[in-house]
Amino acid sequence: MFTGIKDSPRSPETNRQAAGVSVTGVSRAYRDSKRTVIRALAGVSLHASHGELLAVVGPSGCGKTTLLELICGLQSPDAGTIVCAPAALMPQRDLLLPWLSALDNAALALRIAHRTRPAARAQAAELFAELGLRGFEEAHPHELSGGMRQRVAFLRTLLAGKPVLCLDEPFGALDAITRAEMQGWLSQALQREPRTVVLVTHDVEEAVMLADRVAVLSPRPGRVVSELEVTPGRPRSRTDPAVVALRERALIALGSGSTR
Amino acid sequence: MRRRVVNALPAVVLVATLLGAWEVYVESGQVSAFVLPAPHAMAAALWNNGSLIWSNFLVTAQEVGLGLCAALIAGFATALAIHFSPLARRAIYPLAVGSQAVPVAVLAAPLVFWWGFGMSPKLVVIALICFFPIVVSMVDGLGAVDPDQLKLLHTLDASRWQAFRMAELPAALPAALSGARIALAVGMIAAYIAEISTAGTSAGLGHEINTDLTALQTPRAWAATAVLFVAAVACFYSLALAERRLAPWAHRPRGENR
Repeated sequence: MFTGIKDSPRSPETNRQAAGVSVTGVSRAYRDSKRTVIRALAGVSLHASHGELLAVVGPSGCGKTTLLELICGLQSPDAGTIVCAPAALMPQRDLLLPWLSALDNAALALRIAHRTRPAARAQAAELFAELGLRGFEEAHPHELSGGMRQRVAFLRTLLAGKPVLCLDEPFGALDAITRAEMQGWLSQALQREPRTVVLVTHDVEEAVMLADRVAVLSPRPGRVVSELEVTPGRPRSRTDPAVVALRERALIALGSGSTR
Repeated sequence: MRRRVVNALPAVVLVATLLGAWEVYVESGQVSAFVLPAPHAMAAALWNNGSLIWSNFLVTAQEVGLGLCAALIAGFATALAIHFSPLARRAIYPLAVGSQAVPVAVLAAPLVFWWGFGMSPKLVVIALICFFPIVVSMVDGLGAVDPDQLKLLHTLDASRWQAFRMAELPAALPAALSGARIALAVGMIAAYIAEISTAGTSAGLGHEINTDLTALQTPRAWAATAVLFVAAVACFYSLALAERRLAPWAHRPRGENR
């Protein structure tokens, strides 16, 4: 059964530990605007090895976004430890800068790293063609479709050059057809540019289609109720019995988490 | 071009209607022409005193332009201080608000004492009056950037300065331009106040209006007022046009705003 990780084309033997993500016993609470204490996470332990795609699924408001912000170092845990290589965040909303062209948005991290504008744009332009964005380099975000905006946002995250990518519901706002297209495209992009990925989603099917491993979180306060190895090889089909079975297992785990 | 004409039509019709009603009212003899001159008398005064009004307009336009520049520079610097330093916010903001309540007349004497009878004290008065809308709109604009945007830039390792330059400053541009637009419109009345309140003024539309009113040259005073009116409208709309050019993202067609 244990083939999903080993067979993955995205796991070179070097630097396995250095580029992974280790979350151990992490808890996090915060106060909302009414000063009520919200316990977002309660003792979450997760691990993603180098080159692995870990999907985290859970009901809305189970602290998934908090988890990603902890991994990216935007927040600190109240308890537990996080060992993680530098991580880049792709937030739920694309957050493209409306005054920059698509190409300049994608090249943002390179500009921050003090690359010259022509060099940064040239590097981003190479990937534009691969992502089916050719011809839209100079378009501004409001001229792009939702799927294109998400691709530009992903490119911006990728070009940050960090070993770990944290994707927060990257396709949540898209229609079903575009979402399926984007999932296929993400798989391909990661085969070309291997990274360790933590993908947060509330879509169980998306998790099973894309991930090497799926962690199921309970409702708030989030904790891991189940971890599933996704063994079928890629490319996966939605109707593959193994995929369907995994999806059912994940759904059952989700259900058991919410009726405890 | 044709669309622009259509857009201007309602204002043109309204102004024409008001002028017509005004003309009829004055001609009906219910009010003395010294109190309220008829529009045709204003037009005649404008025609007969064209060069005088023009030369005074140039003086006022120069005052407004320079005063506004001073207000923009000071306003931008103040807004930056308020944006970056909570201490500066607490210290400066009440002062800036309070400064709006100070009647210029009480400042006129010390301003002339410090800066003499030239243009400088008038520029200070105009800048003081224009300063407030510029600061308030700029501070609001700088604060209006999406906090998630700043968070994202932080994950991309942007420094505080880079986050400011890449996100906060462009996000503030539309608000800053709106502030400048309001300041320009206010600047016209500020110029009038400056010209009548500082000693030693011998030119400018405000000065002319004031002397004409005391000399019962009411139509000429009204003609000069009309020039101020048109100048304010022209400046306001040219800045609005500039805003569309400089910050096109803030003017998406409705419905595309996600």
